[in-house]
Amino acid sequence: MNPANSPVAHERRAATREGRAVAHERRAASRERRAATRERGAVAQIEVNGVVHEIEADRDRMLLWVLREDLGLTGSKYGCGEGLCGACTVLVDGVPRRSCITTLTAVAGRRITTIEGLEQDGELHPLQQAFLDHDAMQCGYCTAGMIMAGVGLLERNPSPGEAEIVRQMDGNVCRCGAYRRVVAAIRDAAARITADRS
Amino acid sequence: MRRGRRDPLSAPVDGAGRANVCGDGPSDSRLSPQLEPERYELCRPPAYTFAMDRRELFRVLGGGVAVAIVAKEALAMQESGRGGRGGGMPRDIGSWLHIGADGKVTVLTGKVEVGQNIRTSLAQVVAEELRVSIDSIEMVMGDTDLTPYDQGTFGSRTTPTMAPQLRRVAATARELLLDLAAERWGAARADLTIDAGRITNRGSGESIGIGELVDGLETAATIPDDPALSPREQWTVAGRSLGKVNGRDIVTGKHVYPSDVTLPEMLYGKVLRPPAFRATLAAVDLSAARAMPGVTAVHDGWFVGVAAPTDEVAARAIAAVRAEWDSTPQIGERELFDHLKNTAAAGGGGPGGSGSAGDRGGLGGAGGSGGAGGRGGSGGAGGRGGSGGSNEAAAAVDAGLAAADITLSQTYTVAYIAHAPLEPRAAVARWQDGKLTVWTGTQRPFGVRSELADAFRLAEENVRVIMPDTGSGYGGKHTGEAAVEAARLARAAGQPVKLVWTREEEFTWAYFRPAGVIEVESGVTRDGTLTAWDFHNYNSGGSGINTPYDVANRRIQFHRSDYPLAQGSYRGLAATANHFARETHMDELADATSMDPLDFRLKNLSDERMRAVLTATAEAFGWRGRAAGNGLGSGIACGFEKGGYVATAAEVSVNERTGAVAITRIVAAFECGTIINPDQLENQVEGAVVQGIGGALFEAIEFADGRIHNARFSQYRVPRFTDMPEIEIVLLDRRDLPSAGAGETPIVAIAPALGSAIFAATGVRLRALPLVPNGLPATSAAPRAE
Repeated sequence: MNPANSPVAHERRAATREGRAVAHERRAASRERRAATRERGAVAQIEVNGVVHEIEADRDRMLLWVLREDLGLTGSKYGCGEGLCGACTVLVDGVPRRSCITTLTAVAGRRITTIEGLEQDGELHPLQQAFLDHDAMQCGYCTAGMIMAGVGLLERNPSPGEAEIVRQMDGNVCRCGAYRRVVAAIRDAAARITADRS
Repeated sequence: MRRGRRDPLSAPVDGAGRANVCGDGPSDSRLSPQLEPERYELCRPPAYTFAMDRRELFRVLGGGVAVAIVAKEALAMQESGRGGRGGGMPRDIGSWLHIGADGKVTVLTGKVEVGQNIRTSLAQVVAEELRVSIDSIEMVMGDTDLTPYDQGTFGSRTTPTMAPQLRRVAATARELLLDLAAERWGAARADLTIDAGRITNRGSGESIGIGELVDGLETAATIPDDPALSPREQWTVAGRSLGKVNGRDIVTGKHVYPSDVTLPEMLYGKVLRPPAFRATLAAVDLSAARAMPGVTAVHDGWFVGVAAPTDEVAARAIAAVRAEWDSTPQIGERELFDHLKNTAAAGGGGPGGSGSAGDRGGLGGAGGSGGAGGRGGSGGAGGRGGSGGSNEAAAAVDAGLAAADITLSQTYTVAYIAHAPLEPRAAVARWQDGKLTVWTGTQRPFGVRSELADAFRLAEENVRVIMPDTGSGYGGKHTGEAAVEAARLARAAGQPVKLVWTREEEFTWAYFRPAGVIEVESGVTRDGTLTAWDFHNYNSGGSGINTPYDVANRRIQFHRSDYPLAQGSYRGLAATANHFARETHMDELADATSMDPLDFRLKNLSDERMRAVLTATAEAFGWRGRAAGNGLGSGIACGFEKGGYVATAAEVSVNERTGAVAITRIVAAFECGTIINPDQLENQVEGAVVQGIGGALFEAIEFADGRIHNARFSQYRVPRFTDMPEIEIVLLDRRDLPSAGAGETPIVAIAPALGSAIFAATGVRLRALPLVPNGLPATSAAPRAE
């Protein structure tokens, strides 16, 4: 489906496009806040999806809000704010972390990967593709966090068994109940990755 | 806020039932009864419908061909007869289909996508009838300026109502295109075929794309009574599994959910919440918040909120607000069920009740028949004393009880539970030139438009609600609280405002699935034939209250009560509670007559569709009775609601030492007529089963004195990966029957099946949902003595 040319699609997506311009403005505004912020906070350098950003904010500001509001990367979701639903999961140096309870300070100088950074040259990560193939989603709100947690799992263990997947993914909630499809997608992606490597 | 004063319980579904969500019961004569499943769902119809007319449609979408269907077929708002052809276009449009010169097909419907996959399944039926590629279809959903009026997306109504509508619209468009091509070529209509968006003349070999065909036209049509539809056997796009049309946007994080919407100059909002429901604001001091740079603080009646340049500042500003509240004592969960019984109105609210019947005053006054009452006395007359109770139904029940060899009287309860959609309520509001636009996640965009119009005294045409596909609802997003709050702050700030509820706010200030008490008294002969059925639901609702079993002497009633928490619709509505009580009671009767639970049901069941799902489930499960032993036990239950039939069998394993209950296996057979997308249907059924596990085993809202005590995921347990049993879904495709919706009904039989399985494993009969929030007491977890 390519609705990009329809006037309606333009209308509906205007908000997002404008949003990118906003991110720019926000960064300018945040520079003005620099002095005030310095007292309490810090200027942190973080690398997100291969791009280095300088962030001025409270040192205790959670990474999720830096990603969503300062950088306009809204693929990582807010679900609970206490690290218990997994919707905000990102990779920090390849390891899944709950960005809603991870402070900016904790990730300064680290390499962060979000759902927006998984696709390479238009090609989906094998786990993204597997989620599509298995329809491992309903509303899709948990999907980004599920995929990031799954990618992190596969980095550590390229061929996890079902019990391992269930245990490692237990911190990610899907209220729509697509759990078994997520497990199937991770197993499938593991098989693809292993096949590609051999 | 409206008139500056508002019930701080968060009024849309307030305790007094003054709801603008639901009116107060199924009495609104403007709604046809079959569309009014129960009081907790439907809403008032709009004062006006201003559907986009033909001129606006072509202005927005460009020229081409457009086909509309009148709404009388959709949700029966009115039978005005204005939908006739020949005159002007009807105002009461149900949906539009537009074909542009670029060959794009745009479908406009007021239904919304909340994860139930109708963006895809509706596109499938359009692609099927119009004979175009599904990639050429764009579904525009739930935008009150663009899409025709729709009451809302709930009640499993989209598939039975919107899908057939869109099929007819698309079939009409297809025939119109063939007419246009025949005219253009001077060809015989019978020589033309249409496939993959191209029309071909078999005689001459000429061929034209539908976009080129409609280029330069501005043709609009309404549908004839009975356009030719593609027969089920010829379907190629509909009827098969197809991934979500926007799946790629979801797996790449590009899809913009309501909480992701971002506008230029946008501020972030926060609202001050009272410390308890029904608390009133005694005094407020905004000076510290207002002193913060860039902060706008609003105090309007009981509404107090702030808007700030960043979420951080907004959080600091709301924390700086000093407020004093007056609270009133309120009942908590401990007193809940007594309260529901003691405040119950006389019966007559439920289907099957005869209106004047059912004065349960004697029982209510006596504080109920008790949860562990065991076998009732013969005739049950003691229970149903009281004046005015002796109408025909009551007499029939008495006769049935007198004819019984065994009678049974039991009480069942269900707790308040939360929907906990993973995306909490969220809205972005913008005022521009006197017009308010709000992006928000709701199952009722037009209902939210009305809420906004009321709150700000605007004409509805000056309010636009846009609903980006949202992070689920399950019946929990019928209202527009966040939309109204964001709009109030945006108006004060003169800039757009985003407001996303926190998880705690969502758990506290949304609304809950109603709690309820259900009393059942029944009679059965020694050979297992039901003779009497007396069923009373207090507060939880009337959905699914009717029994499918063959019992002539029946009285089935829903009784309203005073209730402490804001309550509203939840996936399956009260069908979950009513099925839990009915099916558990049937299981107890099977036990009382020493019959197999499956045999007992089949003996009293002549509905062929119900028998079919029961049999299919039993077969797939390998049903061999309760099959107790080694801490294992099996249970089975069935139900029907909203045109769908389900039977669920479950096996549980109980740890004798710890009392922990684990589900090892679930089989569910589901039948909802003709299947449109088997894979997505299976996904829905399995999702309902999984969600049902939570309410069945451990979900419950804890509250006292107007406060929710477990408003976090660390305190409110939802089903997770480790709770997943082996699940097998059996789909029965009845191609001879129209399609029914599937989002809800598969949830209804899981709780009684699990309760029955726990009974099989341990001999402990549980009559309250959730069944085992803390596992079974270790002493009762021992295997049942056979």
